[in-house]
Amino acid sequence: MQVNIKYFGMLTEVTHKQEEWIRFEDNTIGQLIDKLYISYPKLKDMDFKVAVNHEITDLNSELNSGEVALLPPFSGG
Amino acid sequence: MTNRYDRHIIMPEIGKDGQEKLSNAKVLVIGAGGLGCPVLQYLAAAGVGTLGIIDFDSVELSNLQRQVLFGESNLGQNKAIAAKERLADLNSDITIHAYPERLTPDNAIDYFKKYDLVIDGSDNFETRYLVNDVSIITNTPFIYGAIYKFEGQVTVFNYKKGPTYRCLFPAPPSPENSPNCSSIGVLGVLPGIIGSMQANEAIKVILGSEGVLNGKLLCYDARSASTYHIGIKRNGTEIKKVIDEGIKSDNPFYTDSCSNSIAEITASKALELTDAIYYDIREEHELPKLIYPDYKSIPMSALTKSIDQFRNDKIKILVCQSGIRSLTAVSVLEKAGITKCYSLKEGVQTLNNKIKSGYERQKT
Repeated sequence: MQVNIKYFGMLTEVTHKQEEWIRFEDNTIGQLIDKLYISYPKLKDMDFKVAVNHEITDLNSELNSGEVALLPPFSGG
Repeated sequence: MTNRYDRHIIMPEIGKDGQEKLSNAKVLVIGAGGLGCPVLQYLAAAGVGTLGIIDFDSVELSNLQRQVLFGESNLGQNKAIAAKERLADLNSDITIHAYPERLTPDNAIDYFKKYDLVIDGSDNFETRYLVNDVSIITNTPFIYGAIYKFEGQVTVFNYKKGPTYRCLFPAPPSPENSPNCSSIGVLGVLPGIIGSMQANEAIKVILGSEGVLNGKLLCYDARSASTYHIGIKRNGTEIKKVIDEGIKSDNPFYTDSCSNSIAEITASKALELTDAIYYDIREEHELPKLIYPDYKSIPMSALTKSIDQFRNDKIKILVCQSGIRSLTAVSVLEKAGITKCYSLKEGVQTLNNKIKSGYERQKT
């Protein structure tokens, strides 16, 4: 399955991209994040929430299809 | 006679009733910075009857790139007071209260109780969690806005049993992941866009309109002019924790970003130490300059490559504008194995004042 991943805020400085498509054959969001940690080890030090199809989702949820967004908190004002 | 609010009143969606609602509304704006300035400007112009402005900080030259209420004549002036002066000229029909102080766990509940709606234009996680938690305790909705470089987030929290900030992010991130505008930079127009969106949400909440950004976070990217909505659900467990805990002054959520081990020192205590080394970790353009003799200037942006300059046995006092970046710096240094580092709690101005009053005492 191809998954579209969107990165926000300071995460884009680790991934050097705002979006990408990756191949994913496992089941859960947690497994997808583990796969991203291999590509971008610095992501492990970052705080973020995961949204699937525009809804915040927990890491145990199954990923069937769609769009994944990684959202870090901002504090600037 | 032409009414100032004609363009509102002739729209049936607002009308005289809507304008009356705006006139009766009481809105507290936390921070008169990048976000607070456009929020205040539009709410004052719209005739929001009572505006409160809380900000302890003063206007600096580097603020003028985005904080559009201020001019060069305001440099050095407290932001809440400078904003009040400008807004009183913009609209003399409304009541404006300036609170030139920091929002703290000790004063926040009293302030929130005086207003129907709060707008968070703060620039640090401590205040953001405090705003969220006090809004839960006092049952006040608040309009959240935050920015990072080219991106912004907007939503309305704690509105009609909707989610709160803790339902999205239950706890603050680690300090090194919490950069602010001074150390990272921000596109000047971005807070103008995000602050205007916050003002728009505030007006919809006041009017009781449909379409309030409740349960949905709007993410805006100025590079592509694109928006992205993310649904957020209310998390009763996180909200109950806040209600059970209450607002305690010593709650580390409100005093430092993340770690309880971070060491802070007050200006009075720091000046009692005769053998400490002072480090100004602000960027070089930032004012006022520290007046302590022989301090070292190591900007936050160069901190990680200057760690060796902190390797000594002396007590090290790190100074920034308001004691927030210096906390982050202490945490970075501690992780690099540097000991005896303290963050100056109140920031440079208080330290300078204490040094000056010390000199004057010596003279007399």
